[in-house]
Amino acid sequence: MVLTTTSTSVNYRAVPDESGRFGPYGGKYVPETLMPALDELEEAYLQARDDGEFMAELAHLQHTYVGRPTPLTYARRLSERLGGAQIYLKREDLAHSGAHKINNALGQALLMKRKMGKTRIVAETGAGQHGVATATAAALLGIECVVYMGIVDMERQKPNVFRMQLLSTEVRSVDSGSQTLKDAINEAIRDWVTNVATTHYLLGSVLGPHPYPAMVRDFQSIIGCEAYSQMQDTAQGGPGRLPDVIVACVGGGSNAIGIFHPFLEEETVRLVGVEAGGHGIEGGAHAARFADPKLGRLGVLQGTKSYVLQDSDGQIALTHSISAGLDYASVGPEHAWLRDMGRSQYTYCTDAQTLKGFKALCELEGIIPALESAHAIGHVLELAPQMARDQVILVNLSGRGDKDLGTVMKTVGGER
Amino acid sequence: MSGIERIEQVFRDLKRAESAAFMPYHAMGYPNRQASLEVIAALTEAGADLFEIGIPHSDPLADGPTIQSATYAALVGGTTVADCLQMVRELRAQGVGKPFCAMSYYNPILAYGEERFVADAAEAGIDGLIVPDLPPGESELLEPACRQAGLATIYLLAPTSTEERIQAVTRHATGFVYLVSVTGITGAREELPSDLLGFVKRVRRHTDLPLAVGFGISTGPQAAKVAEIVEGVIVGSALVKAAGSASGIAAVRTLAEELAVGSHTAVASDQKRQ
Repeated sequence: MVLTTTSTSVNYRAVPDESGRFGPYGGKYVPETLMPALDELEEAYLQARDDGEFMAELAHLQHTYVGRPTPLTYARRLSERLGGAQIYLKREDLAHSGAHKINNALGQALLMKRKMGKTRIVAETGAGQHGVATATAAALLGIECVVYMGIVDMERQKPNVFRMQLLSTEVRSVDSGSQTLKDAINEAIRDWVTNVATTHYLLGSVLGPHPYPAMVRDFQSIIGCEAYSQMQDTAQGGPGRLPDVIVACVGGGSNAIGIFHPFLEEETVRLVGVEAGGHGIEGGAHAARFADPKLGRLGVLQGTKSYVLQDSDGQIALTHSISAGLDYASVGPEHAWLRDMGRSQYTYCTDAQTLKGFKALCELEGIIPALESAHAIGHVLELAPQMARDQVILVNLSGRGDKDLGTVMKTVGGER
Repeated sequence: MSGIERIEQVFRDLKRAESAAFMPYHAMGYPNRQASLEVIAALTEAGADLFEIGIPHSDPLADGPTIQSATYAALVGGTTVADCLQMVRELRAQGVGKPFCAMSYYNPILAYGEERFVADAAEAGIDGLIVPDLPPGESELLEPACRQAGLATIYLLAPTSTEERIQAVTRHATGFVYLVSVTGITGAREELPSDLLGFVKRVRRHTDLPLAVGFGISTGPQAAKVAEIVEGVIVGSALVKAAGSASGIAAVRTLAEELAVGSHTAVASDQKRQ
C-alpha cells in the first residue's frame, strides 16, 4: 500500500458542484423523462436539510427506532491475535434491520413522505440489505413499496426475500442481463420512468444521477459523525484518540463514504476502501473497479460517470463477488474523486481472504459479519500486523451476516 | 451536404407533400448481422424516410423488453460499435440514401472516444445522433464534435418535461426533436396517450424544428393519428418484434408498409404549423 500525503488546500465540502459533479465524475446521465424528478428531489432534499422540524423527526426515529447511536466495540481478541494495531468496530450491524442501509432508507422515505407528493417507493437490492431497509422504512411510514432483485441474488439471499415480503413489500424478480444488482437497478429505473408521477426511486448507495450520491452520503454520514466522537471518548468505548486508518468495504460505497466523510479534514487519518476481489483480478471475475487496469475505466453506468468495469466496446462487464452487495460494475463518483485527490485509497479482498475475515470475527469476537463487511475485516487481517501496537484501526462493520449463512455453509461448511 | 442538411431536406420534402416521415428503428445485429441489413433494405422499400440505427448496449435502461432482448441478442452475436458503423457503410454502398441517425447509449460512445466516434460515424454515413441517457447539459464534448462534423444532435423530450427543460433542450437540438409519447420505456402499446396533442403544442411554442413522436406506436392507424399532429412517426419495438418473428423479413415488410401508409397519407391538419 502506497502512503499518500494529503493536501490541506482541497475543500472536501465543495463537492458536488451545482451540476452534481465531483471533479470529472458524477453528473446526471438519465433519460429526459426523469430530469424533472431529479430536480424535484434535489429541491425537496435541500429544503429538508435546512428544516429543523424534519431533521428533528429523522433524529428521533434514528434514536428510538433504528437504535442509534450504534456502539463502538474494541475487538480485543482479534487485535491480540494479529499482534499489531488495535482494532475498533463501528457496529452498524446492530442498527435495526441489520445494516447501515436503514440510515439512508429511512431518510429518503421520510423525505418522500414529508416533502414530496408521492405515494409509492421502488428500490433495487443486491444482498437484500437495502431492500429490507427500504421495506422496513416503508412499513414504518405506511408507504407502498416494490423492490427489484435479480433472480441470482434472490437465490443466494433467500431469507432477505422472505423478510421483505413479511414487511408487506412486493419483491419482483429480474431475469434480464446478469440477473444481479445492476439489472435490478435497470428495472427499478424503468419502473420509475414509467410511474414517475407517483413514485420515488429509493436508491440505496452513493450512485446514480445527482442528487443521489450527495444525498445518500449525507444520510450515511451519521456513521462517521458518531464514530468521530466515540473514538475520542473512552467513556463511549473509544481509545481516546482518532484512528490512524479507517477501513470500509466498497460496493457502491455508501457505508465507506458514511464513515469517511466526517474524517476528511483529519489528514492523519488514512482512509481505505476495500473492493470485492472475487476470484482474483487477473481472470476478471471480481468487482474491483479501481484494481483492474484492463476492465476498470472511466464510464457512465446508470446515471453517473465514474470508474466502470467494461469491455473495450463500452459494454458493462459481468462482475463476481461472494457478496451480492459488492457485486456491481461501478463505484460511487465521490470515491473516484477522493482517490484522484489522494485522500482515500482502495484495495481489494478476494473471496478466500474475505472468508478468513468472516471466520476470524466469528471465532474471536462472537460477531457474525455480513460478507460485505467481511471484506474490510479480510483486509485488516493483512494490515493490522504491519502496524504498531499503539496504532488504531477503525473498521466499519456495515452489516450482520445472518443473511449469508447459506452462502458460507456452501463454501466452508464442509471444512468443519 | 451535411447530415443536418440531409435530415432537414427530408422533412422539407415531406412537408411539401403534406406527409409525415416514417422513421423506423432497428437494432443492428438483430436477429443477426445479415438479417439486420435485409431489414433496413425492406424498410427502405416499404417507404422509410429516416432510420434510427440502434447500436446495442448491455444496459439499455430506457428500453422495454422487446428492444432489451433484441439488443442483448445482437451483443451475444458479437455486434460491436465498429460493426454497426461498418453496416452503415455497406448500406450506403448498396444505395440506401435516406438519413441515418445512430441511436446509442452514452457509454459505448464514451469508450469508443467521443470525437473519434463522431468522425467515424460521419465518414460511414451517419447523419445524426440520438443518445437517450445524455441530456444536453452533459454533452459538452459530443455536441461540439457533432456541430463540427455536421451531424444533428437529436434530443428527447418527455411529457414530464417542464417549460425550462423544453427551452433548454430545443436550444441544443438540431435536425428534429424526439418526443417521447409516454412517461415510460420503449415498447408497443394499445393506445396512444390522450394528452399527446397538448404536449406537442407545449413544445411547438419553443421551436420551429420538426417534431417526431416515438414510444408505443405499432399500427398504421396509430401512425396516421400521430402524423396528423407532428412531422415524424418513430416505430421501434413493433418492427423489431416482427424482425425476430418466424416470418422475419416478410413480417417487417407487411408492418412497415402499413406504418408508411399511415404516416404518409395524413393530411397536414390545423394542428401543424404552416
